[in-house]
Amino acid sequence: MDIFTVKPVILWTDLMLWLLVISITAFLFSLRSNPESRDQWRQVFSSRLGMATFIIILSYITLALIDSLHFRKPLPPAAGQNPETTYYSNKVHSVLDLILGEMGERKERSYSEPFALKSFTKENMTNEQGQTYRDYPDLEHAGSHLENKAEHHRDLLWQSLIGLTKGLLFGVILCALMKGTTRSSSLPWGTAMTTILVICMLLGWLLHVGNLYHILGTDRAGNDTLYDSIKGIRTGVLIGTLATLIMMPIAITLGICAGYFKGWVDDTVQYLYTTLSSIPGILLIAAAILQFQVFIDLNPGFFEVGLEKADARFLGLCFILGITSWAGLCRLLRAETLKISQLPYVQAAHAFGVSHIRVIRQHILPNVMHIILITFVLDFSGLVLAEAVLSYIGVGVDSSMPSWGNMINLARSELSQEPVVWWNLVGAFFFMFTLVLAANLFSDLVNEAFNPKNRQERAQ
Amino acid sequence: MTQASVLSVRNLSVGLKNRSQDAVLKNISFDLTPGEIYALVGESGSGKSVTSLAMMRLLPDALTVTEGEVLFEGQDLFSATEQQMTAVRGHRIAMIFQDALTSLNPVKKIGTQIEEALKLHTTLDSKARRKHIIGLLQEVGLPEPERRIDWYPHQLSGGQQQRVMIAIALACEPDVLIADEPTTALDVTIQKQVLDLIHSLSRSRQLAVLLITHDMGVVRETAHRVGVMYQGEIIEEESCDRFFHNPQKDYSRRLIASLPDQRHFRDSTPVDALLSVQNLKVHFPQRQGALQRIHNWTKAVDGVSLTLGHGETLALVGESGCGKTTTGRAILNLDQPTSGHITFEGHTLNTLSRSAMHPLRRKIQVIFQDPYSSMNPRMTVLRIIEEGMISLKLGLTPNQREERVIELLQKVQLEPEHRHRYPHEFSGGQRQRIAIARALAVNPQLIICDEPTSALDVSTRAEVLKLLQQLQQELGVSYLFITHDLSIIPQLAHRVAVMKEGKIVELGVTKAVLTQPQHSYTQELLRAVPQLE
Repeated sequence: MDIFTVKPVILWTDLMLWLLVISITAFLFSLRSNPESRDQWRQVFSSRLGMATFIIILSYITLALIDSLHFRKPLPPAAGQNPETTYYSNKVHSVLDLILGEMGERKERSYSEPFALKSFTKENMTNEQGQTYRDYPDLEHAGSHLENKAEHHRDLLWQSLIGLTKGLLFGVILCALMKGTTRSSSLPWGTAMTTILVICMLLGWLLHVGNLYHILGTDRAGNDTLYDSIKGIRTGVLIGTLATLIMMPIAITLGICAGYFKGWVDDTVQYLYTTLSSIPGILLIAAAILQFQVFIDLNPGFFEVGLEKADARFLGLCFILGITSWAGLCRLLRAETLKISQLPYVQAAHAFGVSHIRVIRQHILPNVMHIILITFVLDFSGLVLAEAVLSYIGVGVDSSMPSWGNMINLARSELSQEPVVWWNLVGAFFFMFTLVLAANLFSDLVNEAFNPKNRQERAQ
Repeated sequence: MTQASVLSVRNLSVGLKNRSQDAVLKNISFDLTPGEIYALVGESGSGKSVTSLAMMRLLPDALTVTEGEVLFEGQDLFSATEQQMTAVRGHRIAMIFQDALTSLNPVKKIGTQIEEALKLHTTLDSKARRKHIIGLLQEVGLPEPERRIDWYPHQLSGGQQQRVMIAIALACEPDVLIADEPTTALDVTIQKQVLDLIHSLSRSRQLAVLLITHDMGVVRETAHRVGVMYQGEIIEEESCDRFFHNPQKDYSRRLIASLPDQRHFRDSTPVDALLSVQNLKVHFPQRQGALQRIHNWTKAVDGVSLTLGHGETLALVGESGCGKTTTGRAILNLDQPTSGHITFEGHTLNTLSRSAMHPLRRKIQVIFQDPYSSMNPRMTVLRIIEEGMISLKLGLTPNQREERVIELLQKVQLEPEHRHRYPHEFSGGQRQRIAIARALAVNPQLIICDEPTSALDVSTRAEVLKLLQQLQQELGVSYLFITHDLSIIPQLAHRVAVMKEGKIVELGVTKAVLTQPQHSYTQELLRAVPQLE
């Protein structure tokens, strides 16, 4: 396939995710100029746990970024078509799909167990003699490369080895590149490299074997569960970051203004967040999402492909999650600003006639940065989980969008049937659990390094 | 010292847990005898508080005792079990701390807090306990103890809170009392009362008192014996009289010499006024209820009038809460006066708008008390000092500003290379120098010094005061020097204004006010100042 013939599709969320990652990277680099924050980051990364969890989070983000480069393939020209115009497929692919190979397209008819060669349910079939019998039919794609089905286990082992080796090779190249660019030796690079190697080997195995078998089985519609879980990464990472991104400016502006200007500004902001936090969040989210869905359904002209509709709804969800969750951070920032604006250095700035905007930018904002940072990493995992809960009750992301919440939602009926279909839940659970656990552990470390209270306790 | 010691510390050494070669305390030895006050003096960081915590086995996790023993009535406290230790702490050895308000639980009545110790260590029933507590409160000189036993800590003044702390310490009739800077947070008049109380209690109860302080005046007035601590060691130990008359070590001599000279006064010649304040009133509304209606006013400053000449220093003296800081803030136009006039070079400051005030800002500057919070921890020294130059639009290029910063740093006796460092890399005295450089950056004519030395050690304090005077001679700048410390005034101020409850009760030439005080409050203040002679 020629890359020049594809039509790029830029979704709003793609754009925002890329912008967000670039701006966060820039922000972190700008922090390097201050030796204090450099020391704090060094403290986070000097622990093995910090390094390992960071790399896990980083690999999730990388997968999400790769999954955020969308395009449409051209359709082969149909008969009677103007040769000048090309029609593009309605299906939107991402670069990640290319890497995953045919994993997403190898659909079965219905459920199948992990690594299975036969379907999970019996079907009526006709044999050569024309007799109808019931048995487990062979799967269409899994193990289709095998000539002899009896070699299933040996082949599995052999292919696993190939996959692991591929991953290992890639990992070694990555580590070599990293070693070439870094000089600092005080950080636990050994742990970093081990983590990278393990992740690379795992990914290599998943990619290689996942294209031959269904590692995590298939769901009711015959879709590969592993593929869905991996595609769910983008949704999870996005909801964790975008919702915070939308919440941050509101919370920072209102919180700092309330604490700095006091008086009627403070009263208004307090009134706002008291009102907002007395409305049940779930009610507000459900109402807003349903309204948004009505808007999308009434204006189909705005969207070229189905994915854009799902994307719009997703953006709406991030937006409403952000709108409903700024009160907590705002309250924290207001209190901290109240405290800081009474400190002598702010008073001294007033005595120098420094303008309000400059005081806020120079003196207040840098000194509440730790709160913002800690809230960002703490909220991340909470939002990933919130998405799952919201999708479960039906007001989350669009059902056509791969997400862990949707997978769990589908799995609820599967868990109650006998024999139980467990792999859908396990797939979503494993990917979500790893991300949330890594994010939580990492945020603990960030909190410990940046929270001045912890620092005081350690100093004593 | 014929009496047997009740508690003796032998060769006590304390080090960091992980790096034991970095000793925090080195071979500390001393004895406490009943009825005697032993003062441990030293500057901040010399290890005074660590000594007291080590004795009580309350060291923070990072520190550990590496050597030595603490013998209490012959028993080594370091070999006692934690259970035995609990019986000793509070019961036999009691402690009081610097900040009474944070040491008391704000949501419990003071009676209940005293009772806690009694419940733990005695078998009295509740009626007897109450009687005992009232007796204790009476002993520490709290008026109306029957009523106050049911009060909460915030209803008491700072001195009364410290008395309650002492009552808690005494509740179980301890043999040893450790007082860690018990009066540092208190005003001079209250400091004197509390010190007198400790003094009389040590005699009446035959208490052995370990008094930890940095204030040589307090030592001279209260202690029987003195141990001077310097960098984790006791470098000199002597009886109080002999110590002050004939100190052996250089450092001790420096400590005593760094106390301001109180016999020589600065001359005052009348000069034309730079600043005049007439009948200044600053009232803050007290709001109440859902509608936040104003129901009363706090009269922080209630009719202050004063003038300050070119190149003159006026000391504004008073105890905490008398409105001296608010006066300074009103002159800086940081607080809006309720009425009155502040005239500076013909401009009435309090009627100017924010933008009209802007050009005058460069002429009036301020230095704050706390050198740790007066600088943004996230800015370099260069950016801290040049902030005023930028915002007041002195029209300098970045290079000129940097040159000016270098010049200023040299003027306050710091290295030019320091400009690229952050505030946390400096000591308290150095930070205060940076604050002075920051104020000088815009060539002010008046600097309001709001207790610039009260957070500093004695020796640093003397240096900073000397620097301020030197700069005044060089640049002809005027100071409005706000302080509660009367001892530094003779050397420093041309004239003194004594403030009480928002009003100036006495104003005059330093020598006249300090040697022949007219107002009874001034007399009371002067009596309370610890004297060396």
